[in-house]
Amino acid sequence: MSLSTVTPARMRPGEGAVARLACLALQPVLSRIVRRTAARHPSLFARLGPHQTTDFLIDPVELPFTLHLRPDPAALILRAVPRDAAPHAGATIRGRFLLLLELVDAEEDGDAAFFSRDLDVSGDTEAVVRLRNALDDMDGSLAEETAAMFGPPGRAILARLRRAYSSTTTGQEIA
Amino acid sequence: MSLAELICPAGTPAALRTAVDAGADAVYCGFQDATNARNFPGLNFTPDELRDAVAFAHAKGTKVLLALNTYPPAGKVDLWRQAADTGARIGVDAFIVADMGVADYIARSHPGIRLHLSVQAAASSPEAIRYYCENFGVKRVVLPRILTIPEIRQIRTEIPCEIETFIFGNHGLMVEGRCSLTNYLTGQSTNMDGVCSPASDVEYARHADGSMSSQLAGFTIDRFSPEEKAGYPTICKGRYTAPHRPEGYYAFEEPVSLNLSRLLPELIEAGVHAFKIEGRQRSKSYVRGVVRAFRAAVDDIRAGRQANIADLIALTEGQKQTQGAFETKKWR
Repeated sequence: MSLSTVTPARMRPGEGAVARLACLALQPVLSRIVRRTAARHPSLFARLGPHQTTDFLIDPVELPFTLHLRPDPAALILRAVPRDAAPHAGATIRGRFLLLLELVDAEEDGDAAFFSRDLDVSGDTEAVVRLRNALDDMDGSLAEETAAMFGPPGRAILARLRRAYSSTTTGQEIA
Repeated sequence: MSLAELICPAGTPAALRTAVDAGADAVYCGFQDATNARNFPGLNFTPDELRDAVAFAHAKGTKVLLALNTYPPAGKVDLWRQAADTGARIGVDAFIVADMGVADYIARSHPGIRLHLSVQAAASSPEAIRYYCENFGVKRVVLPRILTIPEIRQIRTEIPCEIETFIFGNHGLMVEGRCSLTNYLTGQSTNMDGVCSPASDVEYARHADGSMSSQLAGFTIDRFSPEEKAGYPTICKGRYTAPHRPEGYYAFEEPVSLNLSRLLPELIEAGVHAFKIEGRQRSKSYVRGVVRAFRAAVDDIRAGRQANIADLIALTEGQKQTQGAFETKKWR
């Protein structure tokens, strides 16, 4: 897959407003996700070490916004922000949304995604490695825990997203 | 037929549980310090985590091997001795060591626990291997990845211990245990600090043409075009220009992974006792996929069936694989 696929799509007219609305709508959900994850998986903070206060941008290239994460147990931040309003980040992790989700859930291997150029990282590499190892040590599925927050509709949406992801990778070299 | 034990990597407790559930006969891991050669940020085990992991593995009949396979700098050997004492107290099944001083300490202090000689010791001749067996009671040698199968078969007849060979994963040869390339650029040692290309010194830069360059300590060691598969940012796998090769070329190694799935029957026939999968720095997804694939293959061979190994190319570095020196000394 070419690097162009891990480059955010150029914003079309009107998308800025859509992005801002999407961010506003998502924020309550993101806040619940990060609080719930921190409560259920407290050991992940130890693996982050000094990078608990690093600002990460997790950038799903096909979505109109990016995610800002600061995994500080004393002041957790996970928020959606329009790309043009994103803060300066210590590290950026960029890829397709479902790849990022599968990486968080250890359904895909980060090194393999990097080798194939489906995943792009920049900034502080140690911060990225620590975050990756911290998330990889979590048991269970963050995606499924999040979907379960919304009951059967949430699980149905996740299953549909995963089928869509699976169909886009089938037949590729990485299948 | 040898037992063909499957020795699997674990960088975190969750990875260890994944390896056990995927069919590992033994799992190898390390503490969160310089005593092992994968001393990467956020990776490895605290003593409490290792205690729980050993209990989990033993309950499922899986062994745990503790890697203490770096070399203590002068005056700092206490860290390695304490790690060995902690591992012994927890009940690990074997220590994987490279340094003679560490081997000597364990042989004297914990004589009931097996010693395995790490690939980091670079013991590739019967004479060298016998020395470790006779002086420290080493029960198994992990052979360097520079030997052909006929050479392994010959060595097997001349040594009094078991043989373990790598079968999958990173393929960085560079005289294992003696490579100082990282030290040269970063001041940190692969062999004494346990860090090859420390992440704190690695940077990736994207360029306007879509290419990506990897840098270590400010030195560009490779640049991948937009359509090109990438590799690890290690100096041994860097691409360099020289007066006679202005286009750039892989001077030492290439970004490629070892995959010996097709050679398993020959390795078993040659007397290899255990197969090692590299990759403590990799994810649970990698551990699950690779361990399952080799578990099925080894079980097929043991049962006299044709092994049908799953395609693992997606998990290889640069999405390229090799049988390396196991197939021929001319592999490069």
